[in-house]
Amino acid sequence: MKPAAFTYHRARDVDGALDLLAELGDDAKIIAGGQSLVPMMNFRLARPAHLVDVTALPGLSTISTDEEGLHIGPLTTHRAVETAPDSVLGADHAVLREAMGWVGHLPIRTLGTVGGSLAHGDATAEWCLLAVLLDARVVVRGPGGAQRTIEAADLFLGFYMTTLAPEEIIVDVVFPKPAPHCALTEFAERAGDFAAVAAAVDLDPDADGTVRGGRVVLGGVAPAPVRVPEAEAVLQAGGTAGPELFAACAEAAEAAIDPPSDADGSSDYRRVLARTLIVRACEEAVAR
Amino acid sequence: MTDRLLITLTVNGEEHELLTPARRTLVDALRHDLRLTGTHVGCEHGVCGACTVLVDGSPARACLMFAVQAEGREIRTVESLAGPDGLGDLQRKFSEHHALQCGFCTPGFLMLAEGFLADNPEPTREEIREAASSNLCRCTGYQTIVDAIGACADERRQACGAVCGRSADNPADERSRA
Repeated sequence: MKPAAFTYHRARDVDGALDLLAELGDDAKIIAGGQSLVPMMNFRLARPAHLVDVTALPGLSTISTDEEGLHIGPLTTHRAVETAPDSVLGADHAVLREAMGWVGHLPIRTLGTVGGSLAHGDATAEWCLLAVLLDARVVVRGPGGAQRTIEAADLFLGFYMTTLAPEEIIVDVVFPKPAPHCALTEFAERAGDFAAVAAAVDLDPDADGTVRGGRVVLGGVAPAPVRVPEAEAVLQAGGTAGPELFAACAEAAEAAIDPPSDADGSSDYRRVLARTLIVRACEEAVAR
Repeated sequence: MTDRLLITLTVNGEEHELLTPARRTLVDALRHDLRLTGTHVGCEHGVCGACTVLVDGSPARACLMFAVQAEGREIRTVESLAGPDGLGDLQRKFSEHHALQCGFCTPGFLMLAEGFLADNPEPTREEIREAASSNLCRCTGYQTIVDAIGACADERRQACGAVCGRSADNPADERSRA
């Protein structure tokens, strides 16, 4: 279908965008790449009266590193991360580049943005999983230009709900720690579809191949991306990186989660998928 | 709503001024306002890829972008592929390899392939399959589309010979030489 009518506003800078958002209130929606918002508008699932286009905001699409960590500007496209060389992304964040292959298809990745994906808050979105996995910090500005930082753990409330206020805008996404042994994998019926289940792991292995801890994040098993403490406890207890440890970790997750049933799969199916994907992600992560 | 915006779109190297509603998607502006009907409209939610065009050289869904957002960007549509001598090389390869039957999806596949090959002039078959999975075709079964894209890459590579070799730093240059 065609989207409902709206009034278009093009912001020139962050302050201008904030003024517009404050003035227009709840009737306004920010549009960046539009790869999630425009389908929803075309289906008339979303009918914002005003769109504030932030794609022209300067300086928000760069990738850089400083003592805080890796900064990814919110307007950076998935494709820009996918094609970023090690010299820009850092060897310890290769997981971000490799995860991009799972984001929709090439023509979606060329327009869709990192900040847009986080603000949209889909429970299977790769950036949402990666943010939770790697303790990303989302820097936002709100009314009057006030800046605050939201930890990824506090960002996602579930079902496309986040703790971002309607009048706030993401201005930076920081990945504070190196992630040398991470992997993200997922499964969908067709390549490029939304994942039925997505799994991301961050392992903490010794030089001799002993795992001393790690983090396990799942998407598609709850209204928001979730960590699985039961699976992380298995990694924390430690053991030799290999099939036995990975299977134990995956089985702990399978027992702990209570995923929904829908058109993409039953609850039982998703539990088995989660187990399989966690093992795969662990194998990939330790092979780095 | 009567809200209309005066915008300038650069399409296939030509600037067009148009008065268009804000809610007009790029694909509808191309078809209805500019009468460039080569780009097709399929699902209107980004799944089928029939509306794929190049935005600043990269394939993008013209149904998932508002025309007003395309201001200041270079748009290329399927109409740009043919030259004065007839079909372009990519189009000829699609024809030779029977990469179309009904043809509805073809403009989208052509622009997807055009953008993909500019970025990756020497793709493996697996990479072509991955890229082609972006769009839907209900006729061909895809094999012939993958064949055609691969054949076009081969031909362009041979045409530019050893000059651009394996390390084509600037795929655009390579293409113009091909």
